[in-house]
Amino acid sequence: MENDNFIIQMKGISKVYPNGIAANRNVDFFVKEGEIHALMGENGAGKSTLMKILFGLEQPTEGEIIINGEEVSLTSPSDAISRGIGMVHQHFMLIPSLTVAENIVLGMAPIKKGILIDYKKAVQITEEVSQKYNLNVNPNAKVMDIPVGMKQKVEILKALVRGANILILDEPTAVLTTQETSELFKELIILKQLGYTIIFISHKLNEIKQITDRLTIMRGGKSMGVYETASTSEQEISRLMVGRDVILNVEKDKSQPTETVLKVRNLEYTNKWNKKMLDFLSFSVRQGEILGIAGVEGNGQRELVEMLFNLNTPDSGTITVNGVNIINLPQDKIRDNRVSLIPEDRMTYGIADAASIEENVISDRYTEKHFNNGPLFDMKMIHKESDKLIKNYAILCKSRKQQVKMLSGGNIQKVVVARELSSDPILIIADQPTRGIDVGSTEFIRNKLVHLSRAGAAVLLVSADLNEVMELSDSLIVLYGGKVVAYFDDTSALDDTVMGEYMLGLKHQSPEEIERVCHE
Amino acid sequence: MFEQFLDTILKADFLFSIIRITAPILFAALGAVVAEKAGVVNIGLEGIMSISALFGVLFSYWTQSWLVGVLGALVVGVLLGLLIGFFALKLKTDIILAGIAVNMIGGGGTIFLLYMFTGMRGNTGALVSQNILIPTINIPLIKSIPILGESISGHSVLTYLAFILVFLIAGLLYKTSLGLNIRAVGENDQAAQSVGISVLRIKYIAIGISGALAGLGGAFMSMYYSQGWNSGMIAGRGFIALAAQAMGRTEPIGTMLSSLLFGFAQALRTKVSGLQGVSSYLVSLIPYVFTIVGLVLYAISTTKKVHKYRQTQAEAVEA
Ligand SMILES: Nc1ncnc2c1ncn2[C@@H]1O[C@H](COP(=O)(O)OP(=O)(O)OP(=O)(O)O)[C@@H](O)[C@H]1O
Ligand SMILES: [Mg+2]
Repeated sequence: MENDNFIIQMKGISKVYPNGIAANRNVDFFVKEGEIHALMGENGAGKSTLMKILFGLEQPTEGEIIINGEEVSLTSPSDAISRGIGMVHQHFMLIPSLTVAENIVLGMAPIKKGILIDYKKAVQITEEVSQKYNLNVNPNAKVMDIPVGMKQKVEILKALVRGANILILDEPTAVLTTQETSELFKELIILKQLGYTIIFISHKLNEIKQITDRLTIMRGGKSMGVYETASTSEQEISRLMVGRDVILNVEKDKSQPTETVLKVRNLEYTNKWNKKMLDFLSFSVRQGEILGIAGVEGNGQRELVEMLFNLNTPDSGTITVNGVNIINLPQDKIRDNRVSLIPEDRMTYGIADAASIEENVISDRYTEKHFNNGPLFDMKMIHKESDKLIKNYAILCKSRKQQVKMLSGGNIQKVVVARELSSDPILIIADQPTRGIDVGSTEFIRNKLVHLSRAGAAVLLVSADLNEVMELSDSLIVLYGGKVVAYFDDTSALDDTVMGEYMLGLKHQSPEEIERVCHE
Repeated sequence: MFEQFLDTILKADFLFSIIRITAPILFAALGAVVAEKAGVVNIGLEGIMSISALFGVLFSYWTQSWLVGVLGALVVGVLLGLLIGFFALKLKTDIILAGIAVNMIGGGGTIFLLYMFTGMRGNTGALVSQNILIPTINIPLIKSIPILGESISGHSVLTYLAFILVFLIAGLLYKTSLGLNIRAVGENDQAAQSVGISVLRIKYIAIGISGALAGLGGAFMSMYYSQGWNSGMIAGRGFIALAAQAMGRTEPIGTMLSSLLFGFAQALRTKVSGLQGVSSYLVSLIPYVFTIVGLVLYAISTTKKVHKYRQTQAEAVEA
């Protein structure tokens, strides 16, 4: 290239996975020394694949990689590490039962007396790097006991302690809260000032605008070019990623709620650590409305959703759907009552990862008459149904027979959404429905939820993304300490600061105001 | 009858036989621990024990040295471990099948090998003489303590080694960087790979060590316990070892305790079957009942592991 200060040059990279999927097609990717470079693209565009190639985890089918002006062949992560590349993966790469210090020195543990691990030294190394880069971690805590924000820091320290001066961060903010994200950004800016080069992947446009210098956009495995972040608008970025204009704000007409569908009354639950997670929780959701639940994570949202789908049993209280009690009802019976769930934890409750897309999308409806011919499946109908869903929900895959675990993170989410929204539900419980999903699909899913609610479904939306709750909901409640502390029947006039006060428990409405969310 | 029973089991020779019976199970169970920690399932322990047991006798006979015999058994154990590793890690066969194959060689192949090397059928009775058996040691001071001395002193060199190895293996796993790498690979091999650890190398090393330990267990059986090799002599000890490892939660000390429990069950059976008025059929069930209980616990712990695995997977995807 014209300019010589490129620290990374990936030229003409192609990658075809053994199952025949071409994840990268002739991609050029150039990163300047000392910049924060965004890599953007829809789910399955090939971002993680390109980065795994740069880190030596996957071998390119074609193409060359030049680092610091030298052509290299990266056949394993140790090759990449020795070239100063460190990667924080989309999925945590930590050993839960080991301590933070052990995780940080793993593979390069300090030794004393010839063979023994010098654990004190490991702690010391950890403390040194953590101070040097101002990333605070607790060296002696086991990784399984630390919060995700700290895990993310451990991952970054792991890369830094190995002498990385090029950091790849694959969707590091997907699991972080707003505060944790801004803290992370402060640290990334410091690293940049110290001369580090950072590659940053995220689906959140505001984050990209906030922190990156340049960006490379990928679509369908190809590069769509490199842009200066400052001179590219969010609209433009999403158009380049998706290939059409994306309406970032959901357009919806005013809701006309009718019959009450879900009635939750006086729900109480104390968890096994004796913490009261649900404290006389009462609310209802009506047909034709989207009720959002806002709140800092850990204030009862997870427990509530578990109760609503009988994944857990409350100590007391009632839950009814159109008058039918669903506490202790088996899940298939709950589904018979036209309830569907987009679970937060998609890998455990959303899909069977070794099964095919087809098997997953029909798993809630294979007993229906028209999918069966006497004792046998009517495969034609089943194929038709799954092809239809794959098409309607734009699931990027090779065929309906593909194993779900071979899909990119966002496309796995789409499989769940396709099944849950296509079963003609009367109540939709959507828990983090757009987590890890690209802008185009986010727009699609949000519109789908609005559409279904206007067509008469009751939607309960739980999301850690405050913007999402405020934009998508018609009315919302704030949970704090397992209780409803505020109810807004109109979300159009809300602002973040007021919400923040309720979410942090600094403020709460009067019992009369809150009671309005209980419709009969 | 109950008093008679208490009388029998509270004697020094009963304690002595528990330790003696436990040792070979313990060797193999420690082998299972090391392999399991690295995330490889060595189901071939039974076969490795049987084959090593045969070679222990052959080597000691050829060289007239018990030490060479034991070392020979150990080397054969390592090679068989690596063979399982080669099939599973390099050729990508299912590791359970590779283990079963070794077990089948241990069952039928040994008879063939014996015939090939010596022309004998079924057992090595004629090859063994006192000088090539593993020697026993009397521990000077302890020996004279009543009951305790009688039961702890006078065991074979390998018996003591088995119990010393519990602590050596614990040290290896928890105090050395090899051990740290083994545990990391077993828990999340992708994470280990991502920091530049060679996952394959660690797995080979672990299954090699596992084979070595089973090999020592085999040598113990043929060169001390049964004083000669015969087909079928391992009699399920390799599988009992797997149960012991599972009951011991794959920790060296825990595994020693559960091995002792199995040793106790086996010794009990031998003793009780000598008593009057006890159905010998019922008595012969004792070790198997213990094994089944152990395996049930194993099943429960694996289901939990699968659940935990799913949880970490789910966390990973959220990330
Ligand atoms: N191990 C694998 N084997 C086969 N195909 C794979 C594998 N990993 C990814 N793919 C496929 O390669 C394509 C690109 O996936 P990749 O994970 O690189 O996407 P991504 O851009 O990171 O998406 P996301 O934003 O959802 O994380 C997808 O179609 C995916 O199904
Ligand atoms: Mg990705």
